[in-house]
Amino acid sequence: MCLAVPGKILEVEQQVDNRVGIIQFGGITRQAYLDFVPEANVGDYVIVHVGFAISRVDAEEARRTYDLLEQMGLLEGEGLKAGVEGDQ
Amino acid sequence: MKYIDEYRDPQIAQALVQKMAKQVTRPWVLMEICGGQTHTLMRYGIDELIPKQVELVHGPGCPVCVTALEVVDKAIEIASRPDVIFVSYGDMLRVPGSSSDLFRVKGQGGDVRIAYTPMEAVKIARANPDRKVVFFAIGFETTAPANAMTVWQARREGLRNFSMLVSHVLVPPAIRVLLDSPANRVQGFIAPGHVCTVMGYRDYEELAARYHVPIVVGGFEPVDLLEAISMLVAQLEEGRAEVENQYVRAVSRDGNLPAQRIVEQVFETAGRKWRGIGNIPMSGWRLRPEFAAFDAEKVFGLSEIEVPEPPECISALVLQGLKKPFECTAFGVRCTPENPLGAPMVSAEGACAAYYRYRRHTVAS
Ligand code: SF4
Repeated sequence: MCLAVPGKILEVEQQVDNRVGIIQFGGITRQAYLDFVPEANVGDYVIVHVGFAISRVDAEEARRTYDLLEQMGLLEGEGLKAGVEGDQ
Repeated sequence: MKYIDEYRDPQIAQALVQKMAKQVTRPWVLMEICGGQTHTLMRYGIDELIPKQVELVHGPGCPVCVTALEVVDKAIEIASRPDVIFVSYGDMLRVPGSSSDLFRVKGQGGDVRIAYTPMEAVKIARANPDRKVVFFAIGFETTAPANAMTVWQARREGLRNFSMLVSHVLVPPAIRVLLDSPANRVQGFIAPGHVCTVMGYRDYEELAARYHVPIVVGGFEPVDLLEAISMLVAQLEEGRAEVENQYVRAVSRDGNLPAQRIVEQVFETAGRKWRGIGNIPMSGWRLRPEFAAFDAEKVFGLSEIEVPEPPECISALVLQGLKKPFECTAFGVRCTPENPLGAPMVSAEGACAAYYRYRRHTVAS
């Protein structure tokens, strides 16, 4: 039940008391409350847990982390098996 | 899918494993707190991929697993009443109480409903003014803002037929209990990323300093976890004990302030009994007195009860990382996900269920 997944905001609307978004998760879309992420807007990614967005995914940070990791993958990807097995 | 697929890149995962193999010179014991992370570790076989010197033990971070037996029994009592519609997260239905479970109550005609979001329960209350609607509000800090918002909404609408059975638990006090235990073996923690999304990680800085234990806030994808493990190993090998954030894309040091604000307005800290572990002071949240009209314990006048756990279940030791699930004599024999004896076998995030599902019946330790 602790599952929280990133999804993309497709639409935002104000319902009576709440700010509500239509969020796309892979192939499906679902509604989520956006009250805790006032800064998030259409096109942003948010992490949704039990129907509420709890964080906006920082696109720049996500890319930076990933690029960093990818660099490492490309630089050190080869000869992996030998490295790991040699250690045991 | 964006922000998922790229963090499952096998090439990067392998590079991280290789980096770790070069880092490790000694055996280390690490614990991930969150059951969601336990699930990822088992599902992708990360425990078997990393260098043998790094042992992973699994923490008490599955809310379904730590909800006290007494609370489950109270839920069953309320849900059995004919005037009640009992609404719960799906995982709680099969958690064994001392003599029944919510699923059985439903089978016997109780109106037990599963909701994806707690706000659903408010809708049900609105649509059924002649019934009492009770929501089973369990969870860690991650879930608390949603549950808090739901009570807030119910009060704003002046709903008189809505209440919550609250059993919220908090992560930092549980880490403190583990570290204070003389039996503790854990040398570094992966802090639960989504709990920190809400709360930030200032509280963990205090823990890291006081116990001289490294803590890395980690995400939930395989690459996130491998990176978090690698960061912990680096700290341990270098003799550092700091809080570092691997899950930067979703977590800031201060956390989500609007979410904290609603939690603060609705809940207050209280002692809480953890299933398998016992009472931990200031380790939970309960409704503030202003919300007494929405507190199911008060609405239904439930008395305090004390019930023993099934003797064969060693979940207390499993939840503290002292034993692995397959060391339990009931594991896979008298206790399976279809017929759980203890709570960690129920939810996919429970350590016993994760081990059973991914066939870790015999993992060399
Ligand atoms: S296998 Fe079942 S009985 Fe054994 S510790 Fe896990 S939940 Fe309890």
